[in-house]
Amino acid sequence: MATETSDAIIRVRDITVQFGVTRVLDGLDLDVKRGEILGFVGPSGAGKSVLTRTIIGLVPKVAGRIEVFGVDLDSASARERRGVERRWGILFQQGALFSSLTVRQNIQFPVREYLNVSQRLLDEIMVAKLGMVGLRPEVADRFPSELSGGMIKRVALARALALDPELVFLDEPTSGLDPIGAGDFDELVRTLQRTLGLTVFMVTHDLDSLYTACDRIAVLGNGKIIAAGSMADMQASQHPWLRAYFHGKRARAVMG
Amino acid sequence: MTGDPTLEPIAKGNDVALCAAGPWTARFAPVLEQMVADAEKLCGSRPNIFIDVSQVDKLDTFGAWLIERLRRSLTHGDVEARIAGLSANYSSLVDEVRRVKAAPAADMTTVSIIGMLDQIGRSVAGFGTTLIQLIDMLGAVLAATGRVLIRPKTFRLTSTVHHLEQVCWRAVPIVGLITFLIGCIISQQGIFHFRKFGADIFVVDMLGVLVLREIGVLLVAIMVAGRSGSAYTAELGSMKMREEIDALRTMGFDPIEVLILPRMLALIIALPILAFLGAMAALYGGGLVAWLYGGVDPEAFLLRLRDAISIDHFVVGIVKAPVMAAVIGIVACVEGLAVEGSAESLGQHTTSSVVKGIFFVIVMDGVFAIFFASIGM
Repeated sequence: MATETSDAIIRVRDITVQFGVTRVLDGLDLDVKRGEILGFVGPSGAGKSVLTRTIIGLVPKVAGRIEVFGVDLDSASARERRGVERRWGILFQQGALFSSLTVRQNIQFPVREYLNVSQRLLDEIMVAKLGMVGLRPEVADRFPSELSGGMIKRVALARALALDPELVFLDEPTSGLDPIGAGDFDELVRTLQRTLGLTVFMVTHDLDSLYTACDRIAVLGNGKIIAAGSMADMQASQHPWLRAYFHGKRARAVMG
Repeated sequence: MTGDPTLEPIAKGNDVALCAAGPWTARFAPVLEQMVADAEKLCGSRPNIFIDVSQVDKLDTFGAWLIERLRRSLTHGDVEARIAGLSANYSSLVDEVRRVKAAPAADMTTVSIIGMLDQIGRSVAGFGTTLIQLIDMLGAVLAATGRVLIRPKTFRLTSTVHHLEQVCWRAVPIVGLITFLIGCIISQQGIFHFRKFGADIFVVDMLGVLVLREIGVLLVAIMVAGRSGSAYTAELGSMKMREEIDALRTMGFDPIEVLILPRMLALIIALPILAFLGAMAALYGGGLVAWLYGGVDPEAFLLRLRDAISIDHFVVGIVKAPVMAAVIGIVACVEGLAVEGSAESLGQHTTSSVVKGIFFVIVMDGVFAIFFASIGM
């Protein structure tokens, strides 16, 4: 079991992503270990979302190699790829809930497509997932346009968790939430990680999230990972951007 | 470690243990659900029963919930069925699903005769509402026009020119091509049938009157409703969905003035131009076919055309164009602003914009036909 917890669930090697002549990621390496919550930070426009979208296959890469669950996504057959996709869940920055489906249908959608189970079990699992993300079953029949921003994030997380994935990608999960809501969300991610044994890849700008929720932090700059390690490592680093980020006025307010 | 999950009753003294084993995960959910249902039937009424999960090697929400469901059905009165052998890793997950209350049932929509009648009734009533909305929008646009006339500086020239490029300039190739082909077809059909009476040359009369009075403008209006009306609805609808229209309003701008007036004006300028170009293309196509297929040489064609049609025919056609443009624009804008939060609603209103736009264009054409007949044009 010890070897299994330490091995990498995502292994990114030397990837390069280019839009026209701008090189966004330039020979980037990154490992995400099983069972950890990795916080991923970097200046705006550094390519954090691009890396996330490259790993999940939405952005094509020029060079490099990406392995998720030990499967090389380039050489994987369609069947293997679907197998991988079933084992991860993704929370998009804006939620990306299907606007013409209710909350119930949004959460049940992936389950219904992948598993042949009864409507009763679908409903029960939906309520269980809503409960896990801290929502009451009464919201089940509302449409996404009738939800608040925080609720959309929670429902989107419930949908990402619908198939009990082993790995979740969270793209700025706490942006647009009030500090209390954001704090709750961090707590929620922590709890879910403990209960479900999740591995979490979290792109964030929220220092509170980094401080309270993340086991490890990776920093992106100039298309590469400039630092990766614990919060203490980050604070000890002499890199100018890291110093500005982790020793700025806001950071001092968070860390007291 | 791998293998299929199982659930077997094993007698242990006075008690019966339901032993769960293997992976209880989402992948096996259909099998697990069946096993749990069987176990409920078999042991549902028996007292002194507990669930042994010590052999379960993998558990997720699906498995945990099904075990919880089984536990609930084995619980009689105050005596709760126990879950034994739960590993510490999974206890928080089981606690989590224990808090789940019974799921609210999905409200099903049933299809019935009454429901269908209800739907028809609503649609008919909805048509009245549509008319009121159209008149409302017409009024709002006229009022905005009035305001702009008083303060011409607020007129959005750049926006109007931009829309003019979209609906007029870029529509020229497709409008020209389609009207050209229609002209060819009318001419060919005319010659084919008129030839039986030796009246080939009258195809020129038919082509001239038909194209200039009716087909030219009607066809172009229908194409514009499909091409630009739908674009207007989709643009305004997605702006509405993303609260851009609310943003405009809060900054003190009138969406009618900023968004709708330039679009309407562009359409009203564009449609007569397109109708004229379309009519010319159709006459050209018709003339070409008459020459190549019917043997009417261009000189004879032009001579006959000059005799057959007067400026009245052209005026009757072109006068209709701006009115039809206004109808298409108003329908498109009303539908665009009626879009609600979902992508589905956007699709519905875009469809409805085109359907209603074409419908009202044809109705207007009928009204004009009666009008021109009664004033003798």
